[in-house]
Amino acid sequence: MNPSSETAPAPIIQVEHLSKRFNDLIAVDNISFEVRAGECFGLLGPNGAGKTSAIRMLYGFAPMSAGSLRIFGLDIATEWRRIRARIGVCQQDNTLDPDLTVLQNLLVFATYFGIPKPLARQRAEELLHFFALEKKITAKVGELSGGLTRRLTLARALINDPELIILDEPTTGLDPQSRHQLWDRLQHLRARGKTFVLTTHYMEEAAQLCDRLVIMDHGKILIQGDPIGLIREQVGTSIIEVDGADPELEQFLVAGKIEYDRTGERWIIYNNGDGAIEQAIRTTFHPQQCTFRSAGLEDVFLRLTGRELRE
Amino acid sequence: MIRFGNISWRFLSVWRRNLIVYRRIWKVNFFVPLLEPAFYIIAFGLGFQQLVSNLSYGGQALTYTRFMAPALIGISIMYNSFFETTYNSFVRMYYQKTFDGMMATPLSLEEIILAEIVWSATKAAAAASIMLLVLGLFGFVVFPLGLLVVPLAFLGGLAFGSIGMFFTGITPSIDMFNLPIFLFITPMFLFSGTFFPVSGLPGWAQSAALAFPLYHLVELTRFACLGLVETNPLISLSYLALFTLCFLSLGLITMRRRLIK
Repeated sequence: MNPSSETAPAPIIQVEHLSKRFNDLIAVDNISFEVRAGECFGLLGPNGAGKTSAIRMLYGFAPMSAGSLRIFGLDIATEWRRIRARIGVCQQDNTLDPDLTVLQNLLVFATYFGIPKPLARQRAEELLHFFALEKKITAKVGELSGGLTRRLTLARALINDPELIILDEPTTGLDPQSRHQLWDRLQHLRARGKTFVLTTHYMEEAAQLCDRLVIMDHGKILIQGDPIGLIREQVGTSIIEVDGADPELEQFLVAGKIEYDRTGERWIIYNNGDGAIEQAIRTTFHPQQCTFRSAGLEDVFLRLTGRELRE
Repeated sequence: MIRFGNISWRFLSVWRRNLIVYRRIWKVNFFVPLLEPAFYIIAFGLGFQQLVSNLSYGGQALTYTRFMAPALIGISIMYNSFFETTYNSFVRMYYQKTFDGMMATPLSLEEIILAEIVWSATKAAAAASIMLLVLGLFGFVVFPLGLLVVPLAFLGGLAFGSIGMFFTGITPSIDMFNLPIFLFITPMFLFSGTFFPVSGLPGWAQSAALAFPLYHLVELTRFACLGLVETNPLISLSYLALFTLCFLSLGLITMRRRLIK
């Protein structure tokens, strides 16, 4: 055995040729990826891309149609119980128990893991403190705001002190304050060495939290890598957005072999830091509006998955 | 098919979850079985009894209320367990997504469903115990034989809780529970030797009543309360056990088909 493979930690998640079919629909189409210990791994894609289907197979909620899936080196098909004992899942839907109070939600959930009562109580107190929920312990779940509900969901997912945390759109529908607070909590957990898998629609979230990510569409993985690398590689460093310019702009771009996308009256030009292009557009093509900005993950996303509306 | 390997004692944690919720509103939960038999006994005893003379069961003359009282327990067992695994389980499964949350833990679907059914039987047994107390105070129960009602209620609760879960497994929406209630529960409520002896029915209807699980449950509660029988209690017991096994399996199969996709 060579020394490098001995020292490299075994991946937490190994997904090989994973597929999911619902009758005629192929929701997940032969995807493969690995997640290493301590990493935050993102699954990005438009609605219906297959993210949630993939996530559900990851924690053994939905059976796989084909492929193999190992977590902590264990096969999810046979060892799902041992795997689930070591992971925390924050589902997309609110699955908190509305018949119970905030504290009971944590304590009762702990019993599903077979966690002894004193330990459950201790962890519940720590988690309520960590998520600033102490004042709400006797509140019913239905009385909580969206932000508090999400925090409690995340707290509940941590009750078994999981090594791997799976988050399916953790900040969808939250106001900016709640979202930033949740990110802050996730960063704290990352610092403690937890491994994360998350799906999201917010590119800012993915760019901020993820070490590596994949972009999925139509059940397939289109691309994978680290956010900064992907941006460099797919859309360059900078972008010019031009509204209502002269039609000759198109010829100029084609002639100069400059990459661009067009939606209606708007050009999205990938100038990759070339100031000369900027200058030419400004002086020659009389744009109504022109924005110069650095490229981001959202540009990568839209470039790969298209700008048309889905559904 | 049923995955027996997925069933462990862990199901008790889901059962305890339901107990915690039940205890939060225990006063309401105790109120109904406390007052319901009193209402029936008073209504039938005062208003109806004079109209019924020479009623006999198991070769012994009985007053109408004495005949009917054990059936009230049987009916209550049926309603408590059936409504728990239909409406209440459906709300937990579909609207509250409680099962979805549980399936992110080491619990299996089979354990969740089994716990729901066992819980419905527990609730039925609790209601039956309270009714037993009330009816005992009225003098309608022979003790200690009457204490048999408690385990019988648990068995009856398993039977009706299982068939309720089966309907939950196949119903497209919560409104559709009206159908099994109208076609299955209501006829049983009326024709299971509950308000009049089955021997008063025409021959074909008597044989039909034999297929009703409530008929067998009422035979058994009547035996426990009065010490009288018209049929062999062992047959009724076996019937209920078989019915439970059959619909417990169907409940597990249909719920897996419904939820695991």
